[in-house]
Amino acid sequence: MILFVEQLLNGLQFGVLLFLLSAGLTLIFGVMGMVNLAHGSLYMLGAYFAVMFTELTGSFVLGAGAALIATTAVGVILEVIAIRGLYDRPHLEQVLATFGLILFFNEGARLVWGPAGLSLAPPEFLSGQVTLLPGIVYPAYRLAVLVAGIASAAALYLLVARTRAGMLLRAAAANRRMAEALGVNSRLLFLGVFALGAALSGLAGILAAPLLTVRVGMGEEVLLLAFVVVVIGGIGSVRGALVAALIVGLIDTLGRAYLPGLLRTVFTGQIADAVGPALASMLIYVSMVVILVVRPRGLFPTQSRADG
Amino acid sequence: MNIRALAGLAVLAVILAAVIFNLTGNKGDGVRIGMVTTLTGGAAAIGNDMRDAFELALDHMGRSMGGQPVTVTYEDDAQNPDMGLQKTERLMQRDKVQFVTGYIWSNVLLASYRAATEAGAFVISANAGPSELAGAQCTPNFFSTSWQNDQTPMAMGEVMNRRNVSNVYVLAPNYAAGRNMVSGFKRTFKGSIAAEEYTQWPDQIDFAAELAKIRAANPSAVWFFFPGNYGTQFFKQYAQAGLLGQIPLYSSFSIDDLNLPQIGDLVAGAQLTQHWGAALDNPANRKFVDDFRKKYGRTPSFYAAQAYDSAMLIKSAVEGTRGDLTNHDTVRAALEKANFESVRGTFRFGRNHFPVQDFYLFEVVRGANNAYALKLNERIYTAHTDPYAANCAMAH
Repeated sequence: MILFVEQLLNGLQFGVLLFLLSAGLTLIFGVMGMVNLAHGSLYMLGAYFAVMFTELTGSFVLGAGAALIATTAVGVILEVIAIRGLYDRPHLEQVLATFGLILFFNEGARLVWGPAGLSLAPPEFLSGQVTLLPGIVYPAYRLAVLVAGIASAAALYLLVARTRAGMLLRAAAANRRMAEALGVNSRLLFLGVFALGAALSGLAGILAAPLLTVRVGMGEEVLLLAFVVVVIGGIGSVRGALVAALIVGLIDTLGRAYLPGLLRTVFTGQIADAVGPALASMLIYVSMVVILVVRPRGLFPTQSRADG
Repeated sequence: MNIRALAGLAVLAVILAAVIFNLTGNKGDGVRIGMVTTLTGGAAAIGNDMRDAFELALDHMGRSMGGQPVTVTYEDDAQNPDMGLQKTERLMQRDKVQFVTGYIWSNVLLASYRAATEAGAFVISANAGPSELAGAQCTPNFFSTSWQNDQTPMAMGEVMNRRNVSNVYVLAPNYAAGRNMVSGFKRTFKGSIAAEEYTQWPDQIDFAAELAKIRAANPSAVWFFFPGNYGTQFFKQYAQAGLLGQIPLYSSFSIDDLNLPQIGDLVAGAQLTQHWGAALDNPANRKFVDDFRKKYGRTPSFYAAQAYDSAMLIKSAVEGTRGDLTNHDTVRAALEKANFESVRGTFRFGRNHFPVQDFYLFEVVRGANNAYALKLNERIYTAHTDPYAANCAMAH
């Protein structure tokens, strides 16, 4: 039971990281109709910036703040220079162009920070463990990631649901042309959405940096899962992304934790050992298929597509 | 008009030059070598180390073998078996190489080696040592300058027996090498196995679920195999989970000279087994390690040492055949002699073309200028043959 609670927390913690990553992706897709493969690169940049600025300032909190600003700035520059010209292009061209950006950022990161991975220690006050309930010991940093993720999700919810900017954003996501006809400055709105997406993706990278090795190519590893989250949640829906991210995080973690053991009760040890890990890694995609069969447009489909 | 004619001539000249260059390139002069390794993604540092070592070896031999010029083509497998096969095929068709070396990952090697051996090249693995190539299916034109996967964990099992470690939680990634490593460890380790856990490969980088299970199982020790960055991540997360110092940690191929600068503080005092270390004292190794440090400003990893040896092995075969690489039987015979100074000291091939070699115990210590290094403690195995060699029917 104690183990189950701990695994549940692990799943949620992975889920909120996925949410931060996919929230930007789904917004950019939903509002601008833009497939941005380079979204993972911003995650990688966030992590690299976190290491760099933490070393410069000597404080993780200051470093993280600077990294967040820097990643957002890169997002803004990226939108103005490269992304802006792609909104009206077909998806295939967007995929090609943003794939090129992945190569650009990966090679750039290798030039600046070298091919070996970088390491970042969690801040001193979060490096220990917390006893949540008697028997449940949990790493303090992972708990902080969970809290920070939930706080960001809440802030994003307030922004989208309660502010004027959020209203414009929802309007554009539901029907872009109608919103433009009513006088919404779409150029500024798109820039804002892209910057927001970059900031969220960068935040995910910053939070993940002390958990993982910061290295070239780390963005692509999570990008696939982020797309799965976007598709399950319904393209363009932030609420969908939140629910789907938590579902994917939980399925992945609990599948890894319990599936091999469950199989061992049915099959002999050797078969279970061979099948278990393979099946656990397929579990996310199997659930995606099941969800899409039941709800072909995702869990929370937006009323209308961007180009609709 | 004039300008156009001039431009036309220039294009023609370039095409002619390309054709001539291509012809001479394919004519059979010189030694052509391909290296398939990982140059992008999380393991790029490993591939980079191997390429640097191979280049150093070429420097040491004046970029020629037996009087013939050497051309090396480096290809990136992106840690992906399909890509490895594709790049190996390209080396055979486009570059017409006579030797293919590199191969960090067992699954990449298994997917790729046939494309080279069946097209008439020799494969020299500079890292991966899957059991499939060591036993009944051993291959005449395959050689290894590293080890068979089982061997290093076997030596580690012996070390843990001596320390009377009783109940061990075993973790490895779910691919060819991970399976071999666990089987090797279980061959010699005499205590009980608390659990045997396989993680997803190559995309699992978070071990929270496994760490929670370890804490719940409360074994007397943990042994694992997570190479390169995966090892770095496991050590970091193990420490963050508060398990470091609570449950003793043993590993194979998870601490190396590439990730030591990052995890030194976490693994100080850790012991590990290896066939090679920068600390090994022999003339070839001193030259290799000193010049590597001079040229690249860092200590070479065991991956680099194996790549360096693969270059030296190829050179010995070119010299042994007096430069005639057309007859496979004489090339193979020359390779089998292993007539070169290995950086690991004595070196000879077993009948399955894997090295028969010594394994040592190393310890992570804080050395000069506060940098962490691997200190050589003692020899665990002398002239050790891998457990699959007996099933290989090749005569030596």
